[in-house]
Amino acid sequence: MPDLPRPDSTARPYDADRIRADFPILARRVHKRPGHPGKPLVYLDSAASAQKPKQVIAAMTRLMEEDYSNVHRGIHFLSQRSTDAFEAARRRIAQFINASSDDEIVLTRSATEALNLVAHSYGRAFFERDDEVIVSVMEHHANIVPWQLLQTDIGIALKVVPVDDDGVFDMDAYKALFGPRTRLVALTHCSNVLGTVTPAKQIVDVAHGHGVPVLFDGSQAVVHQPVDVRELDVDFYAFTGHKLYGPTAIGVLYGRKSLLDRMPPYQGGGDMIASVSFGGTRFREPPHRFEAGTPPIIEAVGLAAALDYIDGLGRSAIATHEHDLLIKATQSLAQIEGLRVIGTAPGKGPILSFVVDGIHPHDLGMVVDQAGVAVRVGQHCAEPLIDRFGVGATTRASFGLYNTVADVDALVDAVAAAKEFFG
Amino acid sequence: MFDELRELYQEVILDHGRHPRNFRHPPEASHEAKGDNPMCGDKLIVYLTVGSDPERTISDVAFLGKGCAISTASASLMTELLRGKTERDARTLFAHFHDMCLGEEGAANHGPVDDDALDRLKVLSGVRQYPVRVKCATLPWHTMIAALAGTTEVTTE
Repeated sequence: MPDLPRPDSTARPYDADRIRADFPILARRVHKRPGHPGKPLVYLDSAASAQKPKQVIAAMTRLMEEDYSNVHRGIHFLSQRSTDAFEAARRRIAQFINASSDDEIVLTRSATEALNLVAHSYGRAFFERDDEVIVSVMEHHANIVPWQLLQTDIGIALKVVPVDDDGVFDMDAYKALFGPRTRLVALTHCSNVLGTVTPAKQIVDVAHGHGVPVLFDGSQAVVHQPVDVRELDVDFYAFTGHKLYGPTAIGVLYGRKSLLDRMPPYQGGGDMIASVSFGGTRFREPPHRFEAGTPPIIEAVGLAAALDYIDGLGRSAIATHEHDLLIKATQSLAQIEGLRVIGTAPGKGPILSFVVDGIHPHDLGMVVDQAGVAVRVGQHCAEPLIDRFGVGATTRASFGLYNTVADVDALVDAVAAAKEFFG
Repeated sequence: MFDELRELYQEVILDHGRHPRNFRHPPEASHEAKGDNPMCGDKLIVYLTVGSDPERTISDVAFLGKGCAISTASASLMTELLRGKTERDARTLFAHFHDMCLGEEGAANHGPVDDDALDRLKVLSGVRQYPVRVKCATLPWHTMIAALAGTTEVTTE
């Protein structure tokens, strides 16, 4: 696949308005009806799923219009073109997180599938009754339930790292959880509710000191900061494409080669086998061993285009821009009486959860939505964490590379209007 | 800006949402069930005091819990409307109310209903415009039915 053109922005100041022009959906109005022009869309739900730039849409369309076919199994022209594009996408993903080799990149359908893959393959191969996995209280359900399934099936135990009232990862408690039966550390790299960024390097160093491998759920972190799996020395790193401005139905599992080599298949099917006979089947080497069936070909190409787009803008520049929005939003919302931010850890990502006295998040979300502002309300697939903070549910605004100060102002105005509405 | 929302959040709802009636745990309650809407984190417990007469007359209804204005108001109105009703009348009222929330009044024949009670529930009918909120309005009622049936937990999922 030829390299996609990259926006030349390194020399230019960050221009969110110009960037917004790359996202067709941001130009639409919502709640239009006869006699009412509707409201401009203010999209503050990127932590749930990010919108897609036209470069991603074009890359996927181009593949389907010009080069599409199944991969790894044909000798015809298009099969080779499609295989090349798919494997180039894998290379691009490996480069994005600085993996040593493409063979360390397993393409899945989601981050959830990536986490389940580790639990199912690594966990079932190497865990025994009373072995322990360390997670934290701020995990997404996708990094809790796969381990609970092993709890039921194998009898492993979960050890849970707490957070303090700001949402800071409790490093001392983490260190104290290690024991002779600790087999894996499986932690979020950035909380989808609190925005807390966990001290990844330190977490890995501690675990490796005990000879224990580390898995990060990086679905939020990889969107907001450069991630270098070699520098972190992490063993597994899972993330999803659709929060990275790529399409849905593509996830990534980075796995250290020496671990992937030892792991049995996750699912059986085509594409993951070297040879099949009823006398016995041989499996392919990683990563293909873990990619049964036709993979997400179009989605991989779309994700690679999204990574090109992000790197074109510059990951540090994006992080700085998003951080500025977070600070402004936090300060402005703090002016609203009765509003409390949940998650105030230093260095947090651009995710802002809050509660307002006397207004249930579901009601708040309805009013805010009528103003054209899209936020998420509820438990954000992190029920244990919501219980930890004793709030039942929160409203969450999350910022992406295309958000502006005007979006922040719209949010603050909408929350103030909701306060008035429910008085 | 909020004309449409006024349809949903009528004054009665805001009032019951802020000041729910029968928000208590009666020690003499004979039946109770926990209702849970995992999507929004709403949780409530409905307490019924059911008589030993053949018609199982409900002498008291109360609830406790945490929810949005819609679910709290629906629970609050329910506690007022079901007091003194037989089990069958309570079930019938919910059947009619459920259809109302879905915009399907008259779709099925649930039998005769207390029209005044159903009329008071009309303030909640705005949820039909917002499919995700239908569960908020019906959760307390599903929980009440579960309590009557002797089930201790119900979830909207």
